[in-house]
Amino acid sequence: MSQTNNFSNHRLVNWFKLSSPSAFYPLAGKLIPFFWVLTLAFGLAGLWVSFFVAPVDAVQGQGYRIIFIHVPASWMSMFIYLVMAAWAGLGLIFNTRLSAMMAQALAPIGAWMAFLSLWTGAFWGKPMWGAWWVWDARLTSELILLFLYLGFIALRASIDDPRRADKASAILALVGVVNVPIIYFSVKWWNTLHQGASVSLTKAPAMAQTMLWGMLLMALCLWMYSIAVTLMRVRAIILEREAHADWVRQSIEVKS
Amino acid sequence: MSALLAMIRRDLLLVMRRKSEVLTALFFFVVVTSLFPLGIGADAALLRKIAPGVLWVAALLSTLLGLHRMFAADYQDGSLEQLALSPQPLVLLVTGKIIAHWIVCGLPLVLLAPVIGIQFDLDASSLYVLMGTLFLGTPVLSLIGSIGAALTLGVRGGSVLLSLLILPLYIPVLIFGAGAVYANSVGLDISGHFSLLGALLILALAFIPWVSSAAVKIAIE
Repeated sequence: MSQTNNFSNHRLVNWFKLSSPSAFYPLAGKLIPFFWVLTLAFGLAGLWVSFFVAPVDAVQGQGYRIIFIHVPASWMSMFIYLVMAAWAGLGLIFNTRLSAMMAQALAPIGAWMAFLSLWTGAFWGKPMWGAWWVWDARLTSELILLFLYLGFIALRASIDDPRRADKASAILALVGVVNVPIIYFSVKWWNTLHQGASVSLTKAPAMAQTMLWGMLLMALCLWMYSIAVTLMRVRAIILEREAHADWVRQSIEVKS
Repeated sequence: MSALLAMIRRDLLLVMRRKSEVLTALFFFVVVTSLFPLGIGADAALLRKIAPGVLWVAALLSTLLGLHRMFAADYQDGSLEQLALSPQPLVLLVTGKIIAHWIVCGLPLVLLAPVIGIQFDLDASSLYVLMGTLFLGTPVLSLIGSIGAALTLGVRGGSVLLSLLILPLYIPVLIFGAGAVYANSVGLDISGHFSLLGALLILALAFIPWVSSAAVKIAIE
């Protein structure tokens, strides 16, 4: 704490100052409504495009529309894991409490996204493949991702000393990063039942323009939702873990 | 190097003084694998088919049984702290502990596997492949497991948590290990499986001792 404050006094003023929970708490509070508005805006636009504008798929009929929630949820589950591991790693290196709190706050939403991806995948798989679940590489690796999230949460929850919990779970998060590229490339490396990537940076997307827009809008919606929920959760964590500090005792929300 | 050998020797000596713990894990392996034919029925064709998976899952679980012991006793009596304070690099000492764990919990499984395999009516070439995959795979299990063992030191419900943390990370080893035996039985090329297992072993050997010793340092600080 004192170290981060010293930093902010004579070097790179803004960023290091925000790494102190007391400075970040009010900022997060101001940002939350902004991200909720964006979530709603992108969500409504995305749902409208995906239900009314995007054409019916030539092969899969109306059933393909679950892609608009399935693919963004899968993206987010992988991306949130990377962000979580990055925060955890930062916390390990610079010994900042807020980074570890961010990692802690990201874990449940990431686990939820992984679960959502598996769940919607099952609903999509039943009509298209005729099975709720198949043991192919992408499904299995996504399931492992869910287990990694749950392991991270469980490890944190069972260590009483918060500083030790931060570091131990950070190591676990960093080890688990190995899994993310495996999930992403699993449809390329193995011959799987799961269809290949529909969107890629290097070649033209294998789908209609409006479908792509629907998917991107929904991805943005889930992205903003994840940020909003994470900020809300990190504020709760800050209050809980900084309960001994004066600024928490004097803050209005705690008093009322 | 002498520190590494001394560490291995010490851990093996400790195990030899109390054999029951090791024998429990081996007995578990034998009993679990013997339960499957009893539960599923003695259809030889079916047993041959499930043998690689059953043997590998049983190997996973029985290495898990011994993992908890890797650091826990030393953590409780304080010798782990002394090891961390010693002038020898902790990475080396942790590596020694991992190797000792493999000699005690992994190597016997490699040697026992053909005996169990015969119960499942595997032919000679499948037994060789099974032993080969276990020989490459069980060190990876000990290495990955050491991370979990170090992270859960002195934690409430540590051994249950250990399995939750470690089993998902074991899955690649399981897939390629059991996959090689299956591929061999249907006449496919198995060199790919062995290359991947070897790659896993090399990567694990190169990185995991550092990760585990970092985790040990977190536990004792």
